Amino acid sequence: MREPTWFSWTRRIGLTVLAVFAGLPIWVMVTSALKPLGDVQGDFRWFPTQLTVQPFFDMWHTIPLAEYFVNSIVVSTVASLASVGVALLAAYAVSRYRFHGRQTFSIVVLSTQMFPGILFLLPLFVIFVNLSQATGINLYQSRLGLIITYMTFTLPFAIWMLAGYLDSVPRELDEAAKVDGAGPLGAFVRVVIPVAMPGIVAVTIYAFMTSWGEVLFASVLTNESTRTLAVGLQGYATQNNVYWNQIMAASLTVSVPVVIGFLLLQRYLVAGLTAGSVK
Amino acid sequence: MVGTVQLDRPPPRKRRPRRELLPYFLLLPAVVLELLIHVVPMLVGVGISFLRLTQFYLRNWSSAPAAGFDNYRLALDFNQAAGEALLHSFLVTLGFTVLVLGFSWMFGLAAAVFTQRSFRGRGLIRTVFLIPYALPVFASVIMWSFMFQRDTGIVNHVLIDQLHLADQRPFWLIGQNSFYSLVIVEVWRSWPFAFLMLTAGMQSIPQDLYEAAAMDGAGVFAQIRWVTMPMLKSVNRVLLIVLFLWTFLEFTVPYVLFGKSAPEQADLISMHIYQNSFVTWNFGTGSAMSVLLLIFLLVVTVGYLAVSSRGSDNA
Repeated sequence: MREPTWFSWTRRIGLTVLAVFAGLPIWVMVTSALKPLGDVQGDFRWFPTQLTVQPFFDMWHTIPLAEYFVNSIVVSTVASLASVGVALLAAYAVSRYRFHGRQTFSIVVLSTQMFPGILFLLPLFVIFVNLSQATGINLYQSRLGLIITYMTFTLPFAIWMLAGYLDSVPRELDEAAKVDGAGPLGAFVRVVIPVAMPGIVAVTIYAFMTSWGEVLFASVLTNESTRTLAVGLQGYATQNNVYWNQIMAASLTVSVPVVIGFLLLQRYLVAGLTAGSVK
Repeated sequence: MVGTVQLDRPPPRKRRPRRELLPYFLLLPAVVLELLIHVVPMLVGVGISFLRLTQFYLRNWSSAPAAGFDNYRLALDFNQAAGEALLHSFLVTLGFTVLVLGFSWMFGLAAAVFTQRSFRGRGLIRTVFLIPYALPVFASVIMWSFMFQRDTGIVNHVLIDQLHLADQRPFWLIGQNSFYSLVIVEVWRSWPFAFLMLTAGMQSIPQDLYEAAAMDGAGVFAQIRWVTMPMLKSVNRVLLIVLFLWTFLEFTVPYVLFGKSAPEQADLISMHIYQNSFVTWNFGTGSAMSVLLLIFLLVVTVGYLAVSSRGSDNA
Protein backbone atom coordinates (compact mmCIF):
# COMPACT_ATOMS: atom_id res chain seq x y z
CA MET A 1 0.00 0.00 0.00
CA ARG A 2 1.44 3.38 -0.98
CA GLU A 3 0.49 6.57 0.78
CA PRO A 4 -0.41 9.61 -1.35
CA THR A 5 2.22 12.35 -1.83
CA TRP A 6 0.17 15.00 -0.06
CA PHE A 7 0.08 12.82 3.02
CA SER A 8 3.84 12.28 3.18
CA TRP A 9 4.29 16.07 2.92
CA THR A 10 1.70 16.70 5.62
CA ARG A 11 3.54 14.19 7.74
CA ARG A 12 6.92 15.85 7.20
CA ILE A 13 5.55 19.30 8.05
CA GLY A 14 3.54 18.06 11.02
CA LEU A 15 6.43 16.14 12.53
CA THR A 16 8.79 19.10 12.02
CA VAL A 17 6.44 21.52 13.77
CA LEU A 18 5.95 19.14 16.70
CA ALA A 19 9.68 18.42 16.94
CA VAL A 20 10.44 22.17 17.07
CA PHE A 21 7.77 22.67 19.76
CA ALA A 22 9.14 19.78 21.83
CA GLY A 23 12.82 20.44 21.21
CA LEU A 24 13.18 24.24 21.20
CA PRO A 25 13.04 24.62 25.00
CA ILE A 26 15.70 21.92 25.28
CA TRP A 27 17.91 23.90 22.92
CA VAL A 28 17.39 27.04 25.02
CA MET A 29 18.24 25.16 28.21
CA VAL A 30 21.41 23.53 26.87
CA THR A 31 22.82 26.60 25.13
CA SER A 32 21.98 28.95 28.01
CA ALA A 33 23.77 26.66 30.44
CA LEU A 34 26.90 27.14 28.34
CA LYS A 35 26.68 30.95 28.14
CA PRO A 36 28.63 33.53 30.14
CA LEU A 37 26.46 35.64 32.46
CA GLY A 38 26.47 38.64 30.10
CA ASP A 39 24.73 36.60 27.38
CA VAL A 40 21.70 35.77 29.55
CA GLN A 41 21.29 39.25 31.03
CA GLY A 42 20.75 41.11 27.76
CA ASP A 43 18.70 40.27 24.66
CA PHE A 44 18.23 36.60 23.96
CA ARG A 45 20.89 35.03 21.75
CA TRP A 46 20.47 31.82 19.76
CA PHE A 47 24.13 30.91 20.25
CA PRO A 48 26.55 31.70 23.09
CA THR A 49 29.11 34.42 22.24
CA GLN A 50 31.59 32.23 24.01
CA LEU A 51 31.18 28.64 25.18
CA THR A 52 31.85 28.22 28.88
CA VAL A 53 31.26 25.50 31.45
CA GLN A 54 31.73 28.00 34.30
CA PRO A 55 27.98 27.96 35.21
CA PHE A 56 28.29 24.25 36.03
CA PHE A 57 30.90 25.14 38.67
CA ASP A 58 29.31 28.34 39.97
CA MET A 59 25.86 26.80 40.46
CA TRP A 60 27.01 24.90 43.56
CA HIS A 61 27.84 28.11 45.42
CA THR A 62 24.82 30.30 44.70
CA ILE A 63 22.46 27.98 46.61
CA PRO A 64 23.25 24.86 48.72
CA LEU A 65 22.67 22.69 45.64
CA ALA A 66 24.79 19.75 46.84
CA GLU A 67 22.70 19.46 50.00
CA TYR A 68 19.45 19.46 47.98
CA PHE A 69 20.97 16.85 45.69
CA VAL A 70 21.77 14.53 48.59
CA ASN A 71 18.27 15.00 50.03
CA SER A 72 16.65 14.22 46.68
CA ILE A 73 18.82 11.16 46.10
CA VAL A 74 18.21 9.74 49.59
CA VAL A 75 14.46 10.40 49.56
CA SER A 76 13.87 9.16 46.00
CA THR A 77 16.05 6.06 46.32
CA VAL A 78 14.65 4.88 49.64
CA ALA A 79 11.07 5.71 48.66
CA SER A 80 11.25 3.94 45.30
CA LEU A 81 12.97 0.79 46.60
CA ALA A 82 10.63 0.49 49.57
CA SER A 83 7.59 1.16 47.42
CA VAL A 84 8.54 -1.48 44.86
CA GLY A 85 9.24 -3.98 47.66
CA VAL A 86 5.80 -3.48 49.19
CA ALA A 87 4.18 -3.42 45.75
CA LEU A 88 5.85 -6.70 44.73
CA LEU A 89 4.29 -8.54 47.67
CA ALA A 90 0.85 -7.14 46.88
CA ALA A 91 1.25 -7.76 43.15
CA TYR A 92 2.24 -11.38 43.79
CA ALA A 93 -0.90 -11.89 45.87
CA VAL A 94 -3.09 -10.30 43.21
CA SER A 95 -1.44 -12.20 40.37
CA ARG A 96 -1.19 -15.69 41.91
CA TYR A 97 -4.07 -16.05 44.36
CA ARG A 98 -7.84 -15.89 44.12
CA PHE A 99 -9.10 -14.58 47.44
CA HIS A 100 -12.05 -12.68 48.86
CA GLY A 101 -11.73 -8.94 48.33
CA ARG A 102 -9.19 -9.29 45.55
CA GLN A 103 -11.11 -7.15 43.10
CA THR A 104 -12.15 -4.64 45.75
CA PHE A 105 -8.49 -4.24 46.63
CA SER A 106 -7.51 -3.59 43.00
CA ILE A 107 -10.25 -1.00 42.56
CA VAL A 108 -9.68 0.81 45.87
CA VAL A 109 -5.92 0.98 45.35
CA LEU A 110 -6.29 2.37 41.85
CA SER A 111 -8.89 4.92 42.83
CA THR A 112 -6.56 6.40 45.47
CA GLN A 113 -4.52 7.41 42.45
CA MET A 114 -7.18 9.95 41.52
CA PHE A 115 -7.45 11.62 44.93
CA PRO A 116 -6.29 15.19 44.58
CA GLY A 117 -2.99 15.60 46.44
CA ILE A 118 -4.18 18.94 47.73
CA LEU A 119 -7.03 17.17 49.52
CA PHE A 120 -4.89 15.07 51.80
CA LEU A 121 -1.84 17.33 51.91
CA LEU A 122 -3.48 19.54 54.47
CA PRO A 123 -4.77 16.85 56.87
CA LEU A 124 -1.55 14.89 56.42
CA PHE A 125 0.37 17.99 57.47
CA VAL A 126 -1.83 18.42 60.54
CA ILE A 127 -1.49 14.70 61.39
CA PHE A 128 2.30 14.79 60.98
CA VAL A 129 2.58 17.87 63.20
CA ASN A 130 0.49 16.26 65.92
CA LEU A 131 2.17 12.83 65.61
CA SER A 132 5.57 14.46 65.91
CA GLN A 133 4.47 16.22 69.07
CA ALA A 134 3.05 13.04 70.56
CA THR A 135 5.86 10.63 69.71
CA GLY A 136 8.93 12.81 69.35
CA ILE A 137 9.61 11.28 65.91
CA ASN A 138 9.85 14.20 63.56
CA LEU A 139 7.68 13.48 60.55
CA TYR A 140 7.19 16.89 59.05
CA GLN A 141 10.29 18.74 57.97
CA SER A 142 12.17 15.44 57.93
CA ARG A 143 13.18 13.04 55.18
CA LEU A 144 11.28 10.21 56.85
CA GLY A 145 7.87 11.84 56.47
CA LEU A 146 8.57 12.63 52.83
CA ILE A 147 9.77 9.07 52.14
CA ILE A 148 6.63 7.51 53.63
CA THR A 149 4.44 9.91 51.67
CA TYR A 150 6.20 9.27 48.34
CA MET A 151 6.01 5.50 48.87
CA THR A 152 2.24 5.66 48.84
CA PHE A 153 2.17 7.88 45.76
CA THR A 154 3.86 5.28 43.63
CA LEU A 155 2.28 2.20 45.25
CA PRO A 156 -0.95 2.02 43.23
CA PHE A 157 0.77 2.36 39.86
CA ALA A 158 3.56 0.02 40.94
CA ILE A 159 1.10 -2.67 42.06
CA TRP A 160 -0.86 -2.33 38.83
CA MET A 161 2.18 -2.55 36.57
CA LEU A 162 3.92 -5.30 38.55
CA ALA A 163 0.77 -7.44 38.63
CA GLY A 164 0.78 -7.15 34.83
CA TYR A 165 4.43 -8.25 34.59
CA LEU A 166 3.92 -11.12 37.03
CA ASP A 167 0.91 -12.31 35.03
CA SER A 168 3.23 -12.72 32.05
CA VAL A 169 5.54 -15.02 34.02
CA PRO A 170 4.27 -18.58 33.30
CA ARG A 171 2.76 -20.24 36.35
CA GLU A 172 4.47 -23.49 35.35
CA LEU A 173 7.69 -21.94 36.68
CA ASP A 174 6.17 -21.56 40.19
CA GLU A 175 4.81 -25.07 40.03
CA ALA A 176 8.17 -26.50 38.96
CA ALA A 177 9.92 -24.76 41.87
CA LYS A 178 7.29 -26.07 44.27
CA VAL A 179 7.80 -29.59 42.97
CA ASP A 180 11.48 -29.10 43.76
CA GLY A 181 10.50 -28.39 47.34
CA ALA A 182 10.30 -24.58 47.51
CA GLY A 183 7.49 -22.96 49.53
CA PRO A 184 5.24 -20.37 47.86
CA LEU A 185 7.51 -17.50 48.93
CA GLY A 186 10.63 -19.44 48.00
CA ALA A 187 9.26 -19.97 44.51
CA PHE A 188 8.45 -16.28 44.29
CA VAL A 189 11.88 -15.07 45.41
CA ARG A 190 14.02 -17.59 43.54
CA VAL A 191 12.05 -18.10 40.33
CA VAL A 192 9.45 -15.40 39.66
CA ILE A 193 11.42 -12.30 40.69
CA PRO A 194 14.46 -13.05 38.50
CA VAL A 195 12.25 -13.59 35.46
CA ALA A 196 10.27 -10.40 36.10
CA MET A 197 13.42 -8.35 36.82
CA PRO A 198 13.31 -6.05 33.76
CA GLY A 199 9.78 -5.04 34.68
CA ILE A 200 10.74 -4.52 38.32
CA VAL A 201 13.64 -2.28 37.33
CA ALA A 202 11.35 -0.26 35.04
CA VAL A 203 8.82 0.28 37.81
CA THR A 204 11.57 1.27 40.26
CA ILE A 205 12.81 3.90 37.81
CA TYR A 206 9.28 5.16 37.34
CA ALA A 207 8.87 5.45 41.12
CA PHE A 208 12.21 7.23 41.39
CA MET A 209 11.20 9.77 38.74
CA THR A 210 7.91 10.46 40.49
CA SER A 211 9.62 11.22 43.80
CA TRP A 212 12.39 13.19 42.10
CA GLY A 213 9.96 15.63 40.51
CA GLU A 214 7.36 16.02 43.29
CA VAL A 215 6.88 19.63 44.40
CA LEU A 216 3.58 20.05 46.29
CA PHE A 217 4.31 17.87 49.33
CA ALA A 218 8.00 18.74 49.36
CA SER A 219 7.13 22.43 49.60
CA VAL A 220 5.19 21.87 52.82
CA LEU A 221 6.88 18.86 54.44
CA THR A 222 10.53 20.01 54.25
CA ASN A 223 12.60 22.75 55.85
CA GLU A 224 15.88 24.38 54.82
CA SER A 225 18.01 21.34 55.76
CA THR A 226 15.76 18.63 54.25
CA ARG A 227 14.74 20.52 51.11
CA THR A 228 14.76 18.53 47.87
CA LEU A 229 15.85 19.77 44.44
CA ALA A 230 12.27 20.12 43.27
CA VAL A 231 11.70 22.95 45.74
CA GLY A 232 15.28 24.08 46.33
CA LEU A 233 15.98 25.01 42.71
CA GLN A 234 13.59 27.92 43.04
CA GLY A 235 16.12 29.47 45.42
CA TYR A 236 18.04 30.80 42.41
CA ALA A 237 15.17 33.09 41.48
CA THR A 238 15.16 34.84 44.85
CA GLN A 239 18.81 35.92 44.60
CA ASN A 240 19.48 39.61 44.00
CA ASN A 241 21.06 38.77 40.70
CA VAL A 242 19.22 36.13 38.68
CA TYR A 243 21.93 33.88 37.24
CA TRP A 244 19.91 32.32 34.42
CA ASN A 245 22.93 30.48 33.04
CA GLN A 246 23.47 28.77 36.40
CA ILE A 247 19.76 28.01 36.72
CA MET A 248 19.77 26.34 33.31
CA ALA A 249 22.97 24.44 34.16
CA ALA A 250 21.41 23.19 37.41
CA SER A 251 18.12 22.27 35.70
CA LEU A 252 20.06 20.34 33.08
CA THR A 253 22.16 18.56 35.69
CA VAL A 254 19.17 17.40 37.74
CA SER A 255 17.32 16.29 34.59
CA VAL A 256 19.97 14.23 32.83
CA PRO A 257 19.88 11.17 35.14
CA VAL A 258 16.11 10.75 35.00
CA VAL A 259 15.85 11.46 31.27
CA ILE A 260 18.48 8.82 30.48
CA GLY A 261 16.75 6.34 32.82
CA PHE A 262 13.43 7.03 31.15
CA LEU A 263 14.72 6.68 27.61
CA LEU A 264 16.52 3.42 28.40
CA LEU A 265 13.39 1.93 29.91
CA GLN A 266 10.64 3.51 27.85
CA ARG A 267 9.87 0.22 26.12
CA TYR A 268 9.06 -1.51 29.44
CA LEU A 269 7.24 1.52 30.76
CA VAL A 270 5.06 1.80 27.70
CA ALA A 271 4.17 -1.86 27.91
CA GLY A 272 3.32 -1.50 31.60
CA LEU A 273 1.44 1.78 31.30
CA THR A 274 -0.83 0.57 28.56
CA ALA A 275 -1.22 -3.09 29.55
CA GLY A 276 -4.46 -2.43 31.38
CA SER A 277 -6.12 -0.26 28.78
CA VAL A 278 -5.08 -1.96 25.55
CA LYS A 279 -6.06 -5.49 26.45
CA MET B 1 -11.89 0.29 36.27
CA VAL B 2 -8.50 1.02 34.83
CA GLY B 3 -6.27 -2.00 34.53
CA THR B 4 -7.83 -4.45 36.91
CA VAL B 5 -6.08 -7.70 36.24
CA GLN B 6 -7.89 -10.28 34.14
CA LEU B 7 -9.93 -12.84 35.97
CA ASP B 8 -10.26 -15.51 33.30
CA ARG B 9 -7.83 -17.95 34.87
CA PRO B 10 -8.69 -21.53 35.84
CA PRO B 11 -9.90 -21.76 39.44
CA PRO B 12 -7.10 -22.57 41.88
CA ARG B 13 -6.68 -26.07 43.18
CA LYS B 14 -7.77 -26.78 46.72
CA ARG B 15 -5.29 -25.42 49.22
CA ARG B 16 -4.77 -26.02 52.86
CA PRO B 17 -6.45 -23.25 54.90
CA ARG B 18 -3.13 -22.05 56.36
CA ARG B 19 -1.98 -20.97 52.96
CA GLU B 20 -5.20 -19.09 52.21
CA LEU B 21 -4.08 -16.45 54.68
CA LEU B 22 -0.89 -15.83 52.76
CA PRO B 23 -2.34 -13.38 50.18
CA TYR B 24 -3.70 -11.23 52.98
CA PHE B 25 -0.30 -11.09 54.68
CA LEU B 26 1.23 -10.10 51.35
CA LEU B 27 -1.27 -7.27 50.96
CA LEU B 28 -0.96 -6.04 54.54
CA PRO B 29 1.95 -3.56 54.13
CA ALA B 30 0.38 -1.94 51.08
CA VAL B 31 -3.03 -1.68 52.73
CA VAL B 32 -1.60 -0.19 55.94
CA LEU B 33 0.36 2.44 54.02
CA GLU B 34 -2.58 3.40 51.84
CA LEU B 35 -4.80 3.67 54.90
CA LEU B 36 -2.29 5.80 56.80
CA ILE B 37 -1.39 8.23 54.05
CA HIS B 38 -4.51 8.35 51.90
CA VAL B 39 -7.65 7.14 53.62
CA VAL B 40 -7.13 8.42 57.16
CA PRO B 41 -6.02 11.92 56.05
CA MET B 42 -8.99 12.00 53.71
CA LEU B 43 -11.39 11.35 56.60
CA VAL B 44 -9.51 13.79 58.84
CA GLY B 45 -9.78 16.33 56.01
CA VAL B 46 -13.54 15.95 55.90
CA GLY B 47 -13.54 16.43 59.69
CA ILE B 48 -11.38 19.55 59.50
CA SER B 49 -13.75 21.10 56.99
CA PHE B 50 -16.30 21.33 59.82
CA LEU B 51 -13.85 23.08 62.17
CA ARG B 52 -12.70 26.66 62.50
CA LEU B 53 -9.10 25.56 62.22
CA THR B 54 -6.52 28.35 61.91
CA GLN B 55 -2.83 28.40 62.76
CA PHE B 56 -3.65 29.03 66.45
CA TYR B 57 -5.06 25.52 66.78
CA LEU B 58 -2.56 23.80 64.49
CA ARG B 59 -0.67 21.98 67.25
CA ASN B 60 -3.81 20.99 69.05
CA TRP B 61 -6.46 20.75 66.40
CA SER B 62 -8.96 18.81 68.50
CA SER B 63 -9.58 21.99 70.49
CA ALA B 64 -10.52 24.03 67.43
CA PRO B 65 -14.12 25.28 67.67
CA ALA B 66 -16.77 23.53 65.56
CA ALA B 67 -17.96 25.49 62.57
CA GLY B 68 -20.86 23.38 61.28
CA PHE B 69 -21.35 24.13 57.60
CA ASP B 70 -19.87 27.64 57.91
CA ASN B 71 -16.80 26.79 55.84
CA TYR B 72 -18.98 25.38 53.06
CA ARG B 73 -21.31 28.35 53.22
CA LEU B 74 -18.32 30.66 52.92
CA ALA B 75 -16.90 28.73 49.96
CA LEU B 76 -20.22 28.55 48.09
CA ASP B 77 -21.54 32.08 48.74
CA PHE B 78 -20.76 33.53 45.33
CA ASN B 79 -21.81 37.02 46.40
CA GLN B 80 -19.00 37.19 48.93
CA ALA B 81 -15.33 37.67 48.05
CA ALA B 82 -14.21 34.15 49.03
CA GLY B 83 -16.97 32.33 47.16
CA GLU B 84 -16.62 34.55 44.12
CA ALA B 85 -12.87 33.91 44.01
CA LEU B 86 -13.46 30.15 44.26
CA LEU B 87 -16.00 30.22 41.42
CA HIS B 88 -13.63 32.29 39.31
CA SER B 89 -10.80 29.87 39.99
CA PHE B 90 -13.05 26.91 39.13
CA LEU B 91 -13.99 28.46 35.79
CA VAL B 92 -10.38 29.33 34.97
CA THR B 93 -9.43 25.72 35.73
CA LEU B 94 -12.25 24.41 33.54
CA GLY B 95 -11.17 26.55 30.58
CA PHE B 96 -7.55 25.58 31.13
CA THR B 97 -8.45 21.88 31.24
CA VAL B 98 -10.55 21.97 28.08
CA LEU B 99 -7.81 23.75 26.10
CA VAL B 100 -5.00 21.53 27.37
CA LEU B 101 -6.97 18.33 26.83
CA GLY B 102 -7.94 19.34 23.29
CA PHE B 103 -4.46 20.34 22.16
CA SER B 104 -2.66 17.47 23.90
CA TRP B 105 -4.94 14.89 22.38
CA MET B 106 -4.76 16.46 18.91
CA PHE B 107 -0.95 16.72 18.95
CA GLY B 108 -0.63 13.23 20.40
CA LEU B 109 -2.92 11.71 17.79
CA ALA B 110 -1.24 13.55 14.91
CA ALA B 111 2.22 12.47 16.05
CA ALA B 112 1.09 8.87 16.59
CA VAL B 113 -0.53 8.69 13.12
CA PHE B 114 2.51 10.31 11.47
CA THR B 115 4.94 7.87 13.10
CA GLN B 116 2.79 4.79 12.63
CA ARG B 117 4.64 3.67 9.50
CA SER B 118 8.31 3.08 9.83
CA PHE B 119 10.73 5.57 8.20
CA ARG B 120 14.34 6.61 8.63
CA GLY B 121 14.82 8.65 11.81
CA ARG B 122 11.56 7.51 13.40
CA GLY B 123 13.30 6.34 16.57
CA LEU B 124 15.06 9.68 16.93
CA ILE B 125 11.91 11.73 16.48
CA ARG B 126 10.01 9.60 18.99
CA THR B 127 12.78 10.26 21.49
CA VAL B 128 12.58 14.02 20.88
CA PHE B 129 8.81 13.87 21.46
CA LEU B 130 9.21 11.98 24.72
CA ILE B 131 11.87 14.18 26.33
CA PRO B 132 9.36 16.78 27.64
CA TYR B 133 7.53 13.97 29.43
CA ALA B 134 10.74 12.54 30.90
CA LEU B 135 12.10 15.85 32.24
CA PRO B 136 11.32 16.61 35.89
CA VAL B 137 8.38 19.04 35.87
CA PHE B 138 10.07 21.64 38.03
CA ALA B 139 13.11 21.76 35.74
CA SER B 140 11.07 22.20 32.58
CA VAL B 141 8.85 24.88 34.11
CA ILE B 142 11.91 26.85 35.28
CA MET B 143 13.20 26.59 31.71
CA TRP B 144 9.89 27.94 30.36
CA SER B 145 9.87 30.82 32.83
CA PHE B 146 13.27 31.83 31.40
CA MET B 147 11.81 31.67 27.89
CA PHE B 148 8.86 33.87 28.95
CA GLN B 149 11.03 36.61 30.54
CA ARG B 150 10.00 39.98 29.11
CA ASP B 151 13.47 41.36 28.37
CA THR B 152 15.74 38.34 28.08
CA GLY B 153 13.39 35.56 26.93
CA ILE B 154 13.31 33.81 23.58
CA VAL B 155 9.54 34.28 23.14
CA ASN B 156 9.68 38.07 22.99
CA HIS B 157 12.95 37.92 21.05
CA VAL B 158 11.29 35.93 18.25
CA LEU B 159 7.92 37.75 18.31
CA ILE B 160 9.21 41.31 18.70
CA ASP B 161 12.86 41.51 17.62
CA GLN B 162 12.70 39.06 14.73
CA LEU B 163 9.08 39.02 13.52
CA HIS B 164 8.16 42.60 14.65
CA LEU B 165 4.62 41.53 15.55
CA ALA B 166 4.17 44.30 18.13
CA ASP B 167 5.82 47.54 19.26
CA GLN B 168 5.69 46.81 22.96
CA ARG B 169 7.28 43.79 24.61
CA PRO B 170 4.37 42.02 26.34
CA PHE B 171 4.62 40.47 29.79
CA TRP B 172 3.96 36.74 29.69
CA LEU B 173 3.86 35.85 33.36
CA ILE B 174 1.40 38.48 34.61
CA GLY B 175 -2.02 39.65 33.36
CA GLN B 176 -4.16 37.85 30.79
CA ASN B 177 -1.12 36.44 28.96
CA SER B 178 -0.22 34.38 32.02
CA PHE B 179 -3.21 32.13 31.26
CA TYR B 180 -1.95 31.38 27.76
CA SER B 181 1.58 30.81 29.03
CA LEU B 182 0.20 28.29 31.50
CA VAL B 183 -1.72 26.48 28.74
CA ILE B 184 1.36 26.36 26.49
CA VAL B 185 3.60 24.92 29.20
CA GLU B 186 1.00 22.36 30.22
CA VAL B 187 0.36 21.23 26.63
CA TRP B 188 4.12 20.96 26.07
CA ARG B 189 4.35 18.70 29.11
CA SER B 190 1.33 16.50 28.63
CA TRP B 191 0.95 15.88 24.89
CA PRO B 192 3.85 13.38 24.85
CA PHE B 193 1.85 11.24 27.28
CA ALA B 194 -1.06 11.20 24.83
CA PHE B 195 1.41 10.35 22.06
CA LEU B 196 2.85 7.50 24.15
CA MET B 197 -0.52 5.95 24.95
CA LEU B 198 -1.89 6.33 21.42
CA THR B 199 1.28 4.92 19.85
CA ALA B 200 1.10 1.88 22.10
CA GLY B 201 -2.58 1.50 21.25
CA MET B 202 -1.88 1.66 17.51
CA GLN B 203 0.76 -1.05 17.75
CA SER B 204 -1.96 -3.55 18.54
CA ILE B 205 -3.98 -2.73 15.40
CA PRO B 206 -3.42 -5.53 12.85
CA GLN B 207 -1.99 -4.34 9.53
CA ASP B 208 -4.55 -6.43 7.58
CA LEU B 209 -7.31 -4.09 8.68
CA TYR B 210 -5.62 -1.21 6.83
CA GLU B 211 -4.97 -3.37 3.80
CA ALA B 212 -8.58 -4.51 3.70
CA ALA B 213 -9.76 -0.91 4.05
CA ALA B 214 -7.42 0.23 1.27
CA MET B 215 -8.72 -2.59 -0.93
CA ASP B 216 -12.22 -1.24 -0.39
CA GLY B 217 -10.99 2.12 -1.61
CA ALA B 218 -10.60 3.89 1.74
CA GLY B 219 -8.24 6.91 1.61
CA VAL B 220 -6.03 8.18 4.41
CA PHE B 221 -8.82 9.95 6.29
CA ALA B 222 -11.28 7.11 5.86
CA GLN B 223 -8.73 4.67 7.26
CA ILE B 224 -8.11 6.89 10.29
CA ARG B 225 -11.83 7.38 10.78
CA TRP B 226 -12.97 3.78 10.29
CA VAL B 227 -9.96 1.68 11.33
CA THR B 228 -7.67 3.65 13.68
CA MET B 229 -10.26 5.51 15.76
CA PRO B 230 -12.53 2.54 16.56
CA MET B 231 -9.49 0.43 17.49
CA LEU B 232 -8.26 3.18 19.82
CA LYS B 233 -11.53 3.43 21.67
CA SER B 234 -10.42 1.74 24.88
CA VAL B 235 -7.11 3.63 24.97
CA ASN B 236 -8.89 6.93 24.42
CA ARG B 237 -11.32 6.15 27.18
CA VAL B 238 -8.54 5.79 29.75
CA LEU B 239 -6.34 8.51 28.27
CA LEU B 240 -9.00 11.23 28.39
CA ILE B 241 -10.01 10.67 32.00
CA VAL B 242 -6.40 10.39 33.20
CA LEU B 243 -5.43 13.58 31.36
CA PHE B 244 -8.53 15.31 32.69
CA LEU B 245 -7.73 14.47 36.31
CA TRP B 246 -4.06 15.40 35.97
CA THR B 247 -4.76 18.68 34.24
CA PHE B 248 -7.62 19.73 36.47
CA LEU B 249 -5.49 19.17 39.57
CA GLU B 250 -2.29 20.66 38.14
CA PHE B 251 -0.27 22.36 40.82
CA THR B 252 3.43 22.14 40.02
CA VAL B 253 3.32 24.10 36.77
CA PRO B 254 1.61 27.26 38.14
CA TYR B 255 3.51 26.99 41.44
CA VAL B 256 6.92 26.99 39.76
CA LEU B 257 5.92 29.39 36.97
CA PHE B 258 4.37 32.09 39.17
CA GLY B 259 5.68 31.46 42.68
CA LYS B 260 3.42 31.39 45.72
CA SER B 261 0.79 33.77 44.33
CA ALA B 262 -0.56 33.15 40.84
CA PRO B 263 -2.04 36.00 38.77
CA GLU B 264 -5.83 36.11 39.04
CA GLN B 265 -6.25 35.15 35.37
CA ALA B 266 -4.28 31.92 35.89
CA ASP B 267 -5.52 30.98 39.36
CA LEU B 268 -5.91 27.18 39.06
CA ILE B 269 -8.00 25.46 41.71
CA SER B 270 -5.14 23.53 43.36
CA MET B 271 -3.14 26.73 43.75
CA HIS B 272 -6.21 28.51 45.05
CA ILE B 273 -6.76 25.92 47.79
CA TYR B 274 -3.05 25.79 48.60
CA GLN B 275 -3.05 29.53 49.00
CA ASN B 276 -6.10 29.48 51.25
CA SER B 277 -4.53 26.77 53.40
CA PHE B 278 -0.83 27.46 53.63
CA VAL B 279 -0.47 31.15 52.87
CA THR B 280 -3.43 32.54 54.81
CA TRP B 281 -3.45 29.51 57.19
CA ASN B 282 -7.17 28.97 56.94
CA PHE B 283 -7.31 25.19 57.09
CA GLY B 284 -11.05 24.86 57.67
CA THR B 285 -12.00 26.74 54.51
CA GLY B 286 -9.23 25.05 52.55
CA SER B 287 -10.54 21.62 53.56
CA ALA B 288 -14.11 22.52 52.69
CA MET B 289 -12.95 23.61 49.22
CA SER B 290 -10.99 20.34 48.83
CA VAL B 291 -14.02 18.27 49.74
CA LEU B 292 -16.15 20.17 47.21
CA LEU B 293 -13.44 19.58 44.61
CA LEU B 294 -13.37 15.84 45.35
CA ILE B 295 -17.15 15.60 45.04
CA PHE B 296 -17.00 17.34 41.68
CA LEU B 297 -14.24 15.03 40.40
CA LEU B 298 -16.04 11.92 41.65
CA VAL B 299 -19.24 12.93 39.88
CA VAL B 300 -17.38 13.66 36.65
CA THR B 301 -15.35 10.43 36.77
CA VAL B 302 -18.22 8.13 37.64
CA GLY B 303 -20.47 9.81 35.09
CA TYR B 304 -17.79 9.58 32.43
CA LEU B 305 -17.07 5.91 33.08
CA ALA B 306 -20.78 5.06 33.09
CA VAL B 307 -21.48 6.89 29.83
CA SER B 308 -18.35 5.67 28.04
CA SER B 309 -18.82 2.03 29.02
CA ARG B 310 -22.42 2.11 27.82
CA GLY B 311 -21.14 3.38 24.48
CA SER B 312 -18.70 0.51 24.14
CA ASP B 313 -21.39 -2.09 24.88
CA ASN B 314 -23.44 -0.88 21.97
CA ALA B 315 -20.51 -0.80 19.58
